[in-house]
Amino acid sequence: MRGLLPLLLALVLALPAHAQNVAAVLDVHRDQIEKPSRTSIGPVIDALAASGDPLAATVLAAWEDRRLGVLEDGTFVLTDGDAATSLEGQPVAGKATVLRPNAGVRGLIAGALVQFQLTDPDPAARVAAIDAIARNPSADHLPLVRAALEKSPDPALERLERLLTLRFDPDPAARVAAIESFGSSLSLDVRAALNPLLATARVATVDEPQGNIAREIPVSELGRVAAYDLLVQAGLAPARLTREAAQQALVAHIQNGQVAGIPVASLNTQDARDAAYSALEASGAVPPAATEDEVDAALASATFAEIYAEPEAQVTDAARAALRGIDAKVGAMQAADLAMDAVSLASIYFLAAIGLAITFGVMRVINMAHGEFIMMGAYTGYVVQQVVPNYTLSLVVALPLAFLVTFAAGVVLERLVIRHLYKRPLETLLATFGVSILLQQLAKNIFGTQARPLTAPDWLSGSLVINDVVAISWIRIAILVLALLFLGLYLFIMRRTRLGLEVRAVQQNPTMAASMGISPGRINMLAFGLGSGIAGIAGVAIGLFAQVTSEIGQQYIVQSFMTVVVGGVGSIFGTLAGAALIGFLQKGIEWLNPSNTLAAQTYMILFIIVFIQFRPRGIIALKGRAAGD
Amino acid sequence: MFDVKRIVAGAGLALAVSGAADAQIAPSGEPIKIGVLHSLSGTMAISETTLKDTVLMLVDQQNKAGGVLGRPLEAVVVDPASDWPLFAEKARELLTVSDVDVIFGAWTSVSRKSVLPVLEELNGLMFYPVQYEGEESSKNVFYTGAAPNQQAIPAVDYMMEELGVEKFALLGTDYVYPRTTNNILSAYLGDKGVATGDIFTNYTPFGQSDWSKIVADVVALGADGKQVGVISTINGDANIGFYKELAAAGVSAEDLPVIAFSVGEEELSGLDTTDLVGHLAAWNYFESADTPENEAFIDAWHAFTGDNSRVTNDPMEATMIGFKMWVQAAEKAGTTDVDAVRDAMYGQEVPNLTGGTARMLPNHHLTKPVLIGEIRDDGQFDIISQTEPVAGDAWTDFLPESAVLEADWQELDCGMYNTETKTCVQQKSNY
Amino acid sequence: MRRSTLIFLALLALSTAAVTVMAGGGLISTSFVKTLGMTLCLCLAAVAMDLVWGYAGILSLGHMAFFALGGYMIGMWLMWARTEAIVVQALSGQPLPPTAEEIRQGIGGQIFGVVGTSDIPWIWSFAHSLPLQLLLVVLVPGLLAAVFGWLAFRSRVTGVYLSILTQAMTLALALYLFQNDSGLRGNNGLSGLQNLPGVSAPQEVTALWLFWASALALAGGYLLAAWVVGGKFGSVIRAIRDDEQRVRFLGYPVEGFKLFVFTLTAVIAAIAGALYYPQAGIINPAEMMPIASIYLAVWVAIGGRGRLYGAVIGAAVVSLLSSWFTGGRAPSIPLGFYTIDWVDWWQVLLGLAFVLVTLLAPKGIGGLFR
Repeated sequence: MRGLLPLLLALVLALPAHAQNVAAVLDVHRDQIEKPSRTSIGPVIDALAASGDPLAATVLAAWEDRRLGVLEDGTFVLTDGDAATSLEGQPVAGKATVLRPNAGVRGLIAGALVQFQLTDPDPAARVAAIDAIARNPSADHLPLVRAALEKSPDPALERLERLLTLRFDPDPAARVAAIESFGSSLSLDVRAALNPLLATARVATVDEPQGNIAREIPVSELGRVAAYDLLVQAGLAPARLTREAAQQALVAHIQNGQVAGIPVASLNTQDARDAAYSALEASGAVPPAATEDEVDAALASATFAEIYAEPEAQVTDAARAALRGIDAKVGAMQAADLAMDAVSLASIYFLAAIGLAITFGVMRVINMAHGEFIMMGAYTGYVVQQVVPNYTLSLVVALPLAFLVTFAAGVVLERLVIRHLYKRPLETLLATFGVSILLQQLAKNIFGTQARPLTAPDWLSGSLVINDVVAISWIRIAILVLALLFLGLYLFIMRRTRLGLEVRAVQQNPTMAASMGISPGRINMLAFGLGSGIAGIAGVAIGLFAQVTSEIGQQYIVQSFMTVVVGGVGSIFGTLAGAALIGFLQKGIEWLNPSNTLAAQTYMILFIIVFIQFRPRGIIALKGRAAGD
Repeated sequence: MFDVKRIVAGAGLALAVSGAADAQIAPSGEPIKIGVLHSLSGTMAISETTLKDTVLMLVDQQNKAGGVLGRPLEAVVVDPASDWPLFAEKARELLTVSDVDVIFGAWTSVSRKSVLPVLEELNGLMFYPVQYEGEESSKNVFYTGAAPNQQAIPAVDYMMEELGVEKFALLGTDYVYPRTTNNILSAYLGDKGVATGDIFTNYTPFGQSDWSKIVADVVALGADGKQVGVISTINGDANIGFYKELAAAGVSAEDLPVIAFSVGEEELSGLDTTDLVGHLAAWNYFESADTPENEAFIDAWHAFTGDNSRVTNDPMEATMIGFKMWVQAAEKAGTTDVDAVRDAMYGQEVPNLTGGTARMLPNHHLTKPVLIGEIRDDGQFDIISQTEPVAGDAWTDFLPESAVLEADWQELDCGMYNTETKTCVQQKSNY
Repeated sequence: MRRSTLIFLALLALSTAAVTVMAGGGLISTSFVKTLGMTLCLCLAAVAMDLVWGYAGILSLGHMAFFALGGYMIGMWLMWARTEAIVVQALSGQPLPPTAEEIRQGIGGQIFGVVGTSDIPWIWSFAHSLPLQLLLVVLVPGLLAAVFGWLAFRSRVTGVYLSILTQAMTLALALYLFQNDSGLRGNNGLSGLQNLPGVSAPQEVTALWLFWASALALAGGYLLAAWVVGGKFGSVIRAIRDDEQRVRFLGYPVEGFKLFVFTLTAVIAAIAGALYYPQAGIINPAEMMPIASIYLAVWVAIGGRGRLYGAVIGAAVVSLLSSWFTGGRAPSIPLGFYTIDWVDWWQVLLGLAFVLVTLLAPKGIGGLFR
């Protein structure tokens, strides 16, 4: 309270002399306010904030929210939808053009609003002020924050005060204390405050380097060329002769088709050109170029160093110590985050492949249209969302419906096509490929080529944030749960139900199974339908985090087959292992080469090709009778 | 094609009936053929089908307005099926079998490079309506989309000046447009004093859907206290997964603005934009532009497609400008002969849908205003910045080997003129 | 068998002559000559596919990778030689005569400018020489097939597994080449291949030359394939197709036979590709995505496996029909309430045809001739 008092007092005292009408300030700066630029609007915002008019905060807030408009006669008004009110809140007639300051300008306005908001009784306004400062901190904010903190202690505000102290306090000891107070916090904003303290610049000098030196750099580390360039930049050595300059000198000295007596036509090698230049040097026509020896001598006499921009050594020392601790923790956390990404990717592959584990793994049917069942599931989700607007409810409807739709499609495909091809497995590949392009084109004809929206409900949006490094979106967690659920379901059906028993019987010996009263046709139909149905559910899940297009299935089909093959055909745990291997491998390669995701996919496939050479039956190979052929 | 004929015939009939009121003379005589070379199937159909419809609409409008040179227009539509060799084949077919006078077509750079040799060999004429990476000027192509200096460079300026971005993540799909654009931008940022360590690039395959690690990498860039901005040249569908992941990671536009060069109204129609409000896109046109021309264009589009929810986008405007310019040039030249039309093209002006006029330059590019839009929650853009028209530059000034090059087909008759040596490097394009 | 080969060769010669005459008389356009020439190349690839699948029973879903590799190898020379001529021409205006290095830099800048570099990758070391690059057309795909086949057959990867593995191979290769820094211009691929360097003849003429070359290659490939399957070797590979175990127990080196057929067909496919892409004009990695190889298998299936002429018929019929239906020339069918536009419905029809042929006519179109 005591800290704020002088400020208020100053404002009150200033009022009679300087109090200006906000409307007048707006009018003076009309051009800039209507077309504001972050680089030049600062003084205008300050003028508004300092005008002393009690309306200033309202007007600034409205401007930031894009609720400030201009009537055709030039009057500034507040707008609310189509309605407009005067700055004081009286309804006004007329159509206002709303001003649209860009995000940079809005950030500045938010920064100016801070002085009104930090002491606002409304907690939401205080949070907004804290956010605004955190985004664009400046030295001016430090006294404001300290004043507000004295008035009402608040942990977020207290933390902000330490962050600001760390950067802007004039007393180095206070800054060191602030740095140490954070320990090895993982927060992004702490790292963002610490790292700039350690920013360095490279300098070259002939005498002792001055300032807060981070370290001296040996020439061998810099490299001769870079080191000499630094010298040239510092004005400590003459520039070296470039090839272009030498060539220009040669061209300038062409006389009668000759350069220094050498015919131009023979200058078609670099050696000949160098010789010609030396000849010109010898004749004194061009200045001599620096030789290698001179370069070496210049480098030997100079010192190269990295110098901190921050002059206080104790601050940089403390920051370095703090960051060392943080970096080790961040590294571990990044590994954890990568592992979570890998698990998530594995679960997606597993979910996409689990249907194949039944149709291909158990029934040995190569269903190239498996990807299109995923697509059908995704489109089912889209259609349901068009009918049922509530996202949660539509998801509840879509999941079983997608299962039913693709189950039915699978049964139809099995009855009409695959049933006739059990003896010719390679030909199922061709026939189902036909089905695949047919279904894809049908989807295009029905839904168009545009991607269709499939939106996750609110409770699935956002992420599970463990700290500022490790986070995973809820939708991915949901997919992981779904994948585990279906793993359980698969195991339950295959091991605990009559259907599973019969499926296994038919798979191992159809003739024998038939003679035991099992109808192989019916079992194949149901098993194929089950595999297809799960693909449909996978489609809804994939559509929630990626795009719903007619080509969605193509993205997963090759990977799905590889998942099943790598894992080992006929074993669900093999599929799980295959998915895990592929997921972790892909993320691992992405980590090694973060700028090229395509390379990761390429090397992953290469690895799989090599892997299959050594384990042709996959990670978990069935032995004996169950292995089939 | 039969459809087209019916549309044309129908248009003629409608004109015959209503002609008196319009005081227009019904076009007659041998129709002028216009080739439409856009993929109607395959991966690019998603974007290109719209442009085919745009050309059909424009042909329809032009026929109602009396055709060109008193003759009706007839569109010849072929489907290159997103298959690059097929683009060359279909272009040859259009020029030699169907004898079209002009082609409107191509979307990806590869498809354009596939068509180029055929156009230059047979002296065809093509209008290319999509923003592209530049570094090209063909005698036989008019580029009505944005060159890098009409989209990428102003967008980066905006990020640096208005948003205070100091550190850039260049995310793109792995193909030529993002690669070249990012090269130009890296050089440009280097000129502006951004250290190489402050530029992060990543390339992903077409249709990428697994974005969690990349988004995490980008967020982690903020750890050194610099304002990070993302420049996205991610193409097509892959954007949906990218924006969904951004939204899930809780990345707000205030913390980490993303400016996209390939995301327009069409792409946004595939997702819920409530979490993306405030992210940016740079184009020469947004559907939300508030001008009478734009309103009329949108109305005509809705009427033509019979679907009031169909959005309009930047390449559609570029197609429209190219088409109108060609009509004007043909009227001025008094013929549809390619050489005469080309000469008449220079200096042609057509009103932009966003205000101002587009003018055709001797380097076969347009002057266009650059618009920056913020995504709204209804899938449209708030235009928050609009420059004066910028002249398109075929060869960028920011790569050393291109800085010395210039294209001028009117005076120098050269698309790749070295201003240092004062020689024409080559007359044909480097495809 | 012998009779069918003769009939085929006679028909091929006849149609080549007919096309030549018609093209000379202006009855068919240059673009159609190119289409026909490319179709012949696809037929040759289909013959290779028939040999490896129809006769040896190896369902390779990666043969289009070899086809495209052949195209890339010849494309490198075509691009290099064309660019070199342009660069030398441009540099001749300079005051100093260009050094070899400057010419190289110029070529590098021209070819790799689109991928943002001017360095020439090492794989282009032989691109300046036509004979060396022609050798690579055979060597690169041949070696790839030999290594891949040796690994796969040695580990007894058979049947469906082999199909998936070959599919993975072509996908990996395509993804690799899609990268900008793969050295082959990434997604842009090699373009402008229809301009034969050093040839001033117009496209109408060069199109015919390439058409004849394709016809010749198809005839040669067909003869070779017919000779291979006609003798004892043919009997062995058919026996492997029908019962690999039994042939192995009879003492034949099954792996060796399979490897030979796999490599031979890869080389034939590569030659077909080397003739195809100069007619297509552009090659990019999309050409070797798995779908292309699946189509190849489907053509052979539709035409009729185990019959060389069946493969040719399948490839020719399906690819020509595809280009007719997607060319916008096929008449739409108005049904009153809905108009069937072939651009939209051709793929549906094609898919349905695959299913029906597999189900109802396992011997394909070629089977109808028996």
